[in-house]
Amino acid sequence: MEKDPIVRLRRVTKRFDDVVAVDSLDLDIYQGEFLTLLGPSGCGKTTVLRLIAGFESPDKGDIVMNGTSLIGTAPNKRNVNTVFQSYALFPHMSIFDNIAFGLKMKRFEKSVITEKVTEALSIVKLGGLEMRKPHQLSGGQQQRVAMARAIVNKPQVLLLDEPLSALDYRLRQEMELELKRIHRKLGITFVFVTHDQEEAISMSDRIAVMNEGRIEQIGTPSQIYEEPQNMFVAKFVGEINVFEGRIVEIHNGSAVVDIHGRHFKVQNRKDFANGRAVKVLLRPEDIMVTKDEELQGTAPALAGKIEEVIYKGKTVDLIISLDAGETVFVTQFFNEDQEDVVYRHGHRIHINWPYGWEVVL
Amino acid sequence: MKQAFKYAYLAFIYLFLYIPILVLVIYSFNDSRFSTNWQGFTFSWYAQLFEDGPLMEAFANSLIIAFSSSTIATILGTLSAFAFYRYRFIGRKVTYSFIYVVMMSPDIVMGISLLMFFITVGLSTGAATLLLAHITFCLPFVVVTVYARISGFDRNILDAAKDLGATERRMFRHVVLPMLMPAVIAGWLLSFTLSLDDVVVSFFTTGPSFEVLPLKIYSMVRLGIKPEINALSTVMFLMSLVTVTVSHLLIAKENR
Amino acid sequence: MEKKSGFRNVAVGSTLCWITLFVVIPYLIVVAYSFLTPDPSGTVSWIFTLDSYREIFSPVFLIVCKNSFALALSTTVLTLLAAYPFAFFLTRISESIRRTLILIMIIPFWTSSLIRTYALIILLKANGIVNTFLLSLGWIDEPLNLLYTQLAVFTGLVYTLLPFMILPLYASLQKLDTRLIEAARDLGATSPRIFFHIILPLTLPGIIAGSTMVFLPALGLFYIPDLLGGARSMLIGNFIKDQFLVAGNWPLGSSASVILTLLMFLLIAWYFLSSRKINQGDMREVI
Repeated sequence: MEKDPIVRLRRVTKRFDDVVAVDSLDLDIYQGEFLTLLGPSGCGKTTVLRLIAGFESPDKGDIVMNGTSLIGTAPNKRNVNTVFQSYALFPHMSIFDNIAFGLKMKRFEKSVITEKVTEALSIVKLGGLEMRKPHQLSGGQQQRVAMARAIVNKPQVLLLDEPLSALDYRLRQEMELELKRIHRKLGITFVFVTHDQEEAISMSDRIAVMNEGRIEQIGTPSQIYEEPQNMFVAKFVGEINVFEGRIVEIHNGSAVVDIHGRHFKVQNRKDFANGRAVKVLLRPEDIMVTKDEELQGTAPALAGKIEEVIYKGKTVDLIISLDAGETVFVTQFFNEDQEDVVYRHGHRIHINWPYGWEVVL
Repeated sequence: MKQAFKYAYLAFIYLFLYIPILVLVIYSFNDSRFSTNWQGFTFSWYAQLFEDGPLMEAFANSLIIAFSSSTIATILGTLSAFAFYRYRFIGRKVTYSFIYVVMMSPDIVMGISLLMFFITVGLSTGAATLLLAHITFCLPFVVVTVYARISGFDRNILDAAKDLGATERRMFRHVVLPMLMPAVIAGWLLSFTLSLDDVVVSFFTTGPSFEVLPLKIYSMVRLGIKPEINALSTVMFLMSLVTVTVSHLLIAKENR
Repeated sequence: MEKKSGFRNVAVGSTLCWITLFVVIPYLIVVAYSFLTPDPSGTVSWIFTLDSYREIFSPVFLIVCKNSFALALSTTVLTLLAAYPFAFFLTRISESIRRTLILIMIIPFWTSSLIRTYALIILLKANGIVNTFLLSLGWIDEPLNLLYTQLAVFTGLVYTLLPFMILPLYASLQKLDTRLIEAARDLGATSPRIFFHIILPLTLPGIIAGSTMVFLPALGLFYIPDLLGGARSMLIGNFIKDQFLVAGNWPLGSSASVILTLLMFLLIAWYFLSSRKINQGDMREVI
């Protein structure tokens, strides 16, 4: 990115008693992007959010916004707003008063407040519910109020702490689209925290995968999914099959890996040396399955048999046990022209993959 | 059979608790100074009550003390409950356990210790010392009532208020206090009842210049039974009845 | 995080100051006085001594002590035995009437004990309701001497303090997970076994809390023997009161107060130990 970061975390550490929640973390957040902090619970992603919001202060390191340090600045003095996991709507106030709260605290004039609240309500498509109390709204509507209450203050950065986790599946998908729409419309920076990798992949411009207080990998969703930098990212984001192997030949940019006695040509992006033990990672949808009776040529492949066939509508998932002992998870898309490709339990098959679709670690 | 025993036992205990009070109430309307037998209905004991100048003065004193001590205790106690919930400070745990110590400590020890304190600092006992003492024993009840409510809060609500630009004071004023209101009122009502009914602590912490109703009743009862006392006790019972019912409904409603 | 706002200081400071000034310091003064020498003029002289503690363990006080303890202990036991089934049955009542029943139970808790003691006098006096009733039934020929007896004091203590036992017991029984009882029954436990092995241990904190709230006042509520027992019955409360108002021996009264306070700390400590054992250290339940 050529833009300057709007928020910059430098070697930020935060401890709670003996637990290191955030461990010497560096992170640049750019103007207008949709950045997701993704990780398992307890990885420190919410703490990062609370540090930016100002609810916690770092033990070490610095948080800089627009070139000035935020250390010592109270949350109410930061140009940042938060959408909370539980929404945290004020139960005794009407929807209007909830949304107007921040403006009242900044002592805006009444007419201005009404105008801004109305505008915010129309952005989240909740016009007409101003006088209701939070408990009279559905979960999805409360979520929208929480959004409106935050964006009405025109923050430079909007922090979202697992805002969709309390919603059911259908509503969540709907809100994902809504969030993207609002993000585009406002053009402000969104920092979104979630443990749901699908949510992260479908919404973000960039994803930072976190584990044990550190960022394991940061990049676009496709970089995270297609080119995981380490086993943690590979396993946390999506399903993945892991094959243990050893490099037996080195060529220019590529290598040959021995897996269970078969030699596969792979890309050698990390310049591994000959003889090194490696892991070859393959997404379920990247694996090709060939029935034994249809086997042609001598392309290297691993033999096995189908253990389980799970029909998923658009796809069919296969669980395959290799003769070498491993269990492999494969997703096959239907090819409507080939009606005869039907998989059954017990079928003997071979698996392999197109050159370059693998990740070698 | 089991059910019948259950209800019979419940009824027995309720009767044990209430029969003396009911008798008291009934006798306050009995048109006889000495007799145990029912001699007809009368309001005259209540009328005499209102004509008894010193008694009414003691009553007024009690109301003034109860009103002001419960108000001050409620303000202090609500702030304290909030402080215990929101802030980490030195002595927090010790102070919080002292709240329970004060609540559990025998009235006589509290009365004695406050008396010695007032003597030591040179305050002569009277309205002021009584007020200080009553605030002290009401305070824990307010703290505990309000704290029970505030600890049910979603902590994010306070963060949300800060996030939206509120200072600590404005967060307390606009978000916390309105949400706490039922518990605050309940705490006030309970304090009012406690203060109005207290005998032991008042016994040690007020002076002859400032007489309060329970002590007046105490000295009257020592001299014997009078129908006016029945009437007075009925009035006091009804006041407790109303305040406790209202505060109970407030607490029960918020817990639902 | 900016937390040291002026508001914070006021909220924290007011509590700390009040508790220090009107609870901690007064208690410390009592402790200090308990080590001083009584002065014939009615105050104290500033000479350190352990005399009042020696006097406390002298026969005269021990008799008061023994009587008062026996009375307080029997009051505690009787209220516990009466209140436990009551509180248990109360948890087994349908939700709709239970609300009302609880309210009716709470009202005596908050009603002046003085007034409730007074109501008892009306019942117990020579020409009171109880005697009139028994006479009319022909069960007795002349009025019984009910008032101004040790029994009257005992009745008075039980009557005024019963609600203080019921409330903590009810709170702790209500918290009891009924699935535990069902599980025990499912595993073949008999009713007495369920009671002694499951219900009783889990409600022990409630029992201790209730006992504390009955036992301590039963030692201290001096006006109950004053009104129901005449001069014959004496509690530690009466003893303390007399040391300050009649005998003018402040150090002796102070040392008795100190002992009463120590007793309270012991009971509270016992409560916390027992509730920690079953993992629910919280005294909020007692009111």
